[in-house]
Amino acid sequence: MREVAVVSFAQTPYVRRERGRSEVEMLLPVIGQAIERSGIPKSEIGFTCSGSSDYIAGQAFAFVSAVDALGAWPPISESHVEMDGAWALYEAWVKIQCGHADSALVFAFGRASMGTLPETLTMQLDPYTLQPLGVDAVSLAALQARALLDAGLCTERDMAEVAMRSRRDAKRNAFAQLKGDYEVAKILSEPHLISPLRKHDCPPISDGAAAVVIAAGDLARSKCRRPAWIRGIDHRIEPHQPGFRDLTVSPSTTLAAHKAGAASAPLDLAELHAPFTHQELILRRALALPAAVRINPSGGPLAANPMMAAGLVRIGEAAQRIHDRDAGRALAHATQGHCLQQNLVCVLEGE
Amino acid sequence: MSDAEPVKSIVTPTRLAYEYTATGTQARFLDEISRGRILGQRCPACHKVYVPARAVCPRCGVATTEPVEVPGRGTVTTFCVVRVPSENIHLKLPFVAAHILLDGADIPFFGLVGDCEASEVRMGMRVEAVWAPRETWGPTLANIRHFRPSGEPDVAFEKFKEHL
Repeated sequence: MREVAVVSFAQTPYVRRERGRSEVEMLLPVIGQAIERSGIPKSEIGFTCSGSSDYIAGQAFAFVSAVDALGAWPPISESHVEMDGAWALYEAWVKIQCGHADSALVFAFGRASMGTLPETLTMQLDPYTLQPLGVDAVSLAALQARALLDAGLCTERDMAEVAMRSRRDAKRNAFAQLKGDYEVAKILSEPHLISPLRKHDCPPISDGAAAVVIAAGDLARSKCRRPAWIRGIDHRIEPHQPGFRDLTVSPSTTLAAHKAGAASAPLDLAELHAPFTHQELILRRALALPAAVRINPSGGPLAANPMMAAGLVRIGEAAQRIHDRDAGRALAHATQGHCLQQNLVCVLEGE
Repeated sequence: MSDAEPVKSIVTPTRLAYEYTATGTQARFLDEISRGRILGQRCPACHKVYVPARAVCPRCGVATTEPVEVPGRGTVTTFCVVRVPSENIHLKLPFVAAHILLDGADIPFFGLVGDCEASEVRMGMRVEAVWAPRETWGPTLANIRHFRPSGEPDVAFEKFKEHL
């Protein structure tokens, strides 16, 4: 295996509705910053991969316009995944493992505010039995939370505590959208949005973009004072039909973490892509995280949830803390699909 | 169950609503077109002029900030004859859909060519915009109904071969 590290990270501030800038206009400064911070000249970056969804943009081939932000002349080696940018990073990592590149730019973006996100996400369901019912993403998450409560695996108070901690920690994150001091008792006194989920249990809808540069071995060492080495990265998927799954557990996360070697040494922090409060509780159990591990110091997706970028942001945030010597070993997680259907685990470490 | 006809197909209507917000450069282009002006932008690095204004030079990957107004007059670089009816297109079949290099621009602009026989349209033909009545103008490219032959002499292929 080649050594590969995250060498730089950049992101936009996240907002409920981006009115001033198109996707390309959001990406241009973010890509510029990520490349500049990497210290690798743009012309020497060997591969570029992006993650976004045309359903979010409401336009066929919308992702192609993002290539404008690259200045792709002379022609570059470039790819796209119709997934969160964390999977674009995985593709870039594989490209480097195969020896086809020594460095890669990875970016992700979305302006989910243009559509009705919970309904847009319904399009991920199978078109014969579930999609026609119009079951939306928040309702499915509520079913999962109900299953978890009924199984006695968590309480509504546990969920409220996740919301409280996330938005409190987000106060130190200049890019976060939803932050502040909330009291658990007050959260619990609020009505349900879709039972048993309250508004606080749900992520905000966020517009934004993020970019990361990864590089191999000596290139990473020469450009970055403290590279965040990718010690393991793996992703696993569960059945598409939510009814086929036990929604109270996340075996795909457990397996991905095992394959990525997450448990081989203690972790300082975990950035978990859990858009709903109860999903963090499922992931903590699936990853067997000890209480000492800091969870989502950035505030996580409950503080800003840029659809298609939020998973990549977890990797960027974890890497940034290693760059800053704030952490030695960190786990970043990304999810896709309804109710944590597909999960990616990336283990990062400083030297 | 055994008496039931097997289901051979189902219809599952899907509809997603979007509220598109024109942002930044695109909003400025639409503002200008609603005043009858076509806004392009020049790249500060390679000096090419993009029409419509597109915020970023796709060749250089830098922001295009300098506004450039171009006239509704240009050269057909390439085209196709359309024989299939299409909603919202007022021209009679067959009509021509063309790439038109507006004077001063470095990238062709999409337009329909009318007021002549489709068989008369050719590469290098000079055309001018036919604007809709001023009182109907809005922030839309529909302000330009189509392009028509301007009667100027054709442009030699050598002059526009880089812009196909």
